[in-house]
Amino acid sequence: MSDAEQPIDGGAPDEGDDEFEPIQVFPEAEEMDLRPGADDCYKCSTCDTNCPVAAVDDEFPGPKFQGPEQWRLKRQDDHDIDDSVMKCSNCMRCDSACPSSVPLSQMHNTARGEYVEQTMSKLSREYLRNRMLANYRRFAPLGATFPRTANFVLGLSITKWLGEKTLGITSERELPAFATETFREWWEKRGGNAASKRRAQDAREKRGGNAASKRRAQDAREKRGDNAASKRRGESNQPSEDKRIAYFHGCYSNYNTPEVGKALVRVYERFGYEVLVPDQHCSGTPMFANGMLEDARRAAETNVAELADAIENGADIIASCSSCSMSIRQEYPELFDFEGTEDVSANTWDAVEYLRVHEDLEAELEGTSVGAEFDDFVYHAPCHSRNQGLNGQTIEVMDAIDGIDVHDVGDSCSGISGTYGWKAENYETSMKIGEEMFEHMADADARTGLTECPTCSMQMEHGTGYEITHTLEVLEAALVGDSSETDG
Amino acid sequence: MAIEDDVLVVGGGIAGATAALAALETDPDARVRLVTHRQSTLRHASGLIDVLGYTPAGEGPLADPFDALEALPTGHPYERVGTDAVREALAFFDRVVDGAYEGGHTDRNALVPTYGGTVKPTARYPASTAPGLASDTRETLLVGFETLPDFDAPLAARHLEAAGVPFDARGVTLSFPGIRRDDAKITRYAHLLDRDEVVDADSGERSARDALAASVDTHLEDESRVGFPAILGDDRVETVREELAEALGVDVFEVPMGPPSLPGMRLEGLLYDALEDAGVRLTSGVPVVDYETTAETAGGTTDRIDHVVVDRNGAEVPHRADQYVLATGGLVGKGVDSNRERVYEPIFDCHVSHPADRYDWFVDDVFGDQPYARFGLEVDRDLRPLAADGVPEFSNLSAAGAVLGGYDFAAEKSGSGVSLATGYVAGTRAAEVGGR
Repeated sequence: MSDAEQPIDGGAPDEGDDEFEPIQVFPEAEEMDLRPGADDCYKCSTCDTNCPVAAVDDEFPGPKFQGPEQWRLKRQDDHDIDDSVMKCSNCMRCDSACPSSVPLSQMHNTARGEYVEQTMSKLSREYLRNRMLANYRRFAPLGATFPRTANFVLGLSITKWLGEKTLGITSERELPAFATETFREWWEKRGGNAASKRRAQDAREKRGGNAASKRRAQDAREKRGDNAASKRRGESNQPSEDKRIAYFHGCYSNYNTPEVGKALVRVYERFGYEVLVPDQHCSGTPMFANGMLEDARRAAETNVAELADAIENGADIIASCSSCSMSIRQEYPELFDFEGTEDVSANTWDAVEYLRVHEDLEAELEGTSVGAEFDDFVYHAPCHSRNQGLNGQTIEVMDAIDGIDVHDVGDSCSGISGTYGWKAENYETSMKIGEEMFEHMADADARTGLTECPTCSMQMEHGTGYEITHTLEVLEAALVGDSSETDG
Repeated sequence: MAIEDDVLVVGGGIAGATAALAALETDPDARVRLVTHRQSTLRHASGLIDVLGYTPAGEGPLADPFDALEALPTGHPYERVGTDAVREALAFFDRVVDGAYEGGHTDRNALVPTYGGTVKPTARYPASTAPGLASDTRETLLVGFETLPDFDAPLAARHLEAAGVPFDARGVTLSFPGIRRDDAKITRYAHLLDRDEVVDADSGERSARDALAASVDTHLEDESRVGFPAILGDDRVETVREELAEALGVDVFEVPMGPPSLPGMRLEGLLYDALEDAGVRLTSGVPVVDYETTAETAGGTTDRIDHVVVDRNGAEVPHRADQYVLATGGLVGKGVDSNRERVYEPIFDCHVSHPADRYDWFVDDVFGDQPYARFGLEVDRDLRPLAADGVPEFSNLSAAGAVLGGYDFAAEKSGSGVSLATGYVAGTRAAEVGGR
């Protein structure tokens, strides 16, 4: 309503009836209509004050521009999308900052996608480089097939020099090493799902029939009674379906840090969960960040189908990487509408969060210790954990374990944001953003880092030289001990 | 399995943070959690701690807010908690911020110049604004920047003089060394000064603080203090201010700005540091969307909240506590919301008293006595929200801050004070009643 006009309720056709009847004044949108979100922005600039890039980079106009303002501008025929959208690191801090629930990262993702589609030359070095970085999942199998050769070649300074000169990938960073055995290779060798089922059953028996825990799982399931998956689950009678999860390992813990995936499997089996490892593609995070929406759509379609199947089989989806869970939980439903997208989103959990809600994780951890293997930690909560409300979780859980002390480095962003900090043109910005985190790490009384995000961990290591551990590895040490000997 | 705590505070502004801190101070063994969704309205706030600048009838500015507290109408949040609680809450705040704020030496209001050149009566003010008080008679130079149009220094100076301040004020507009964009974010200015980055100034490459002092120095005449918009750093504002003062040979102060506001963000930082130090468990970025009551009611018609439900991207996570504090803010913070039919409190649907006809929610004069400004929860003296029949909605829920009704914080200049006092009382009570 215009400010100048006096609204007249009686003007509505159904006079006397106070009910508000909206009328369609704009033509049916053919593409995603973000107008309501753009209209919700009242320009308070809270998002801008949360943007780690805008604080260190003069060239970046900030999320308020990238989101609602750019959305309006690009609807004019004579306005191309501003190339500054590529300077957004996709940390998504603006999302949880906005007091008005404007879907900022959704706006960024769609604008970036359109920019790459319409404006960026498909033959440019930038496009090729971004496509490669975004599709790490396609290149990793090659490296993982010849891990020693790949690690050797990637570690050579000539390779890094070439990478910077020809592709614009910074030579300042060490490329992550490929594991000599991927997580999936280990999983198959270990006996796959059949072995996991057996181990989970053993664990359940060992936990004393586990009546209480079963009841809890049942309660939790009934709570979500309106969801189709749990109804389907209710029809099945197989006892092991009581506790079943499907692990979304993502690319990094498969190819680079299989120890994280192994830790997840062992911890969940200890609680009596049977683990499934469905087929999967990249979660899409690096593709969103590089505006490769079609690549992301293809990957997401496979993931949603596979994960929906797993849910149908009575599993909840568990991710160990905070960006993978973020992507499935938030970006999938914001950007895609495959059948089952919402269901998959609502049944996907962070690995530690799930145990906290479905088991009494803190009670189980009381009195455990991790021996000499781990000492005190400095913890960095990844932005994508923060956005899921998980920023305090690791500290709370670790508090229960004897003999380790975890220091939170505060709410600064690590600055690497996935593929962002790998680009030569962003390296300096990335390190400037990370400066605060590096300082807090150096100030704390610990010399090992802890986080749940693979690229945050690269940045932490790069900026401080510390070794970085994943929270699940510590939980494994506390709850399972060293099982590598019996476990292959 | 719910996530279990003794006291659960919903809302992360001044009221919520104060409630959580007060609960832990009252019972250091209690497990206290604060759940906060979007960022609080502190980022819009001046960072000043007002208690009462004007009476509800509009008299003022008040020289001493405590003189007026006793006369407030029944139902006003200060009347609910009592004057002593306001004093205790201010003392509590002074302990929490530990020297970062001034004004605790007196009951009387200080007069702080604002970016519009008006003068605001307030009880506590950041140390960085202290040399700028309007009661101080020293000549003043205000410095604005071309790329920061929110603060027009010459206009603000003239406005201050017109308001009758007891000193001469003059304003100049400069370009900020190292800032090229017309719309650089305030965090960019703050970061440059905090980190003392090397910038490309007229005088060549030099550190940001140096370059800023040099450009101001050429404009400084007889003034013995210089006021800048509140962008002088973030974590290191006191260092920045000292260095500028030393280089210029005069006192340096900040003028509180409109949204987004660094003094508000710094206050938020102080409160969250205190929460962490105290051991409050923090869950942020996710909303409380629902609640369940226990089957057995505590007697009579009053229900007891068993747990609340936190939404994590579609997954519903139950959080259980013995006592709950609702500190979700007012109409701006969305602790009170409205549609075309009614005004309501979105989580527990606590009763919000308001006229049935929505055309009675406001008056035409924008700056008039707006009914909607007083919309919020009515509470008993334990700050428990009351249903329409005057009975507490829940036996274990209290409310604090802008979600409360019965006061117009914008007109009275009482926002931060009410949040502090009611947060302090609600948190203390939650720990006392709950206990272990």
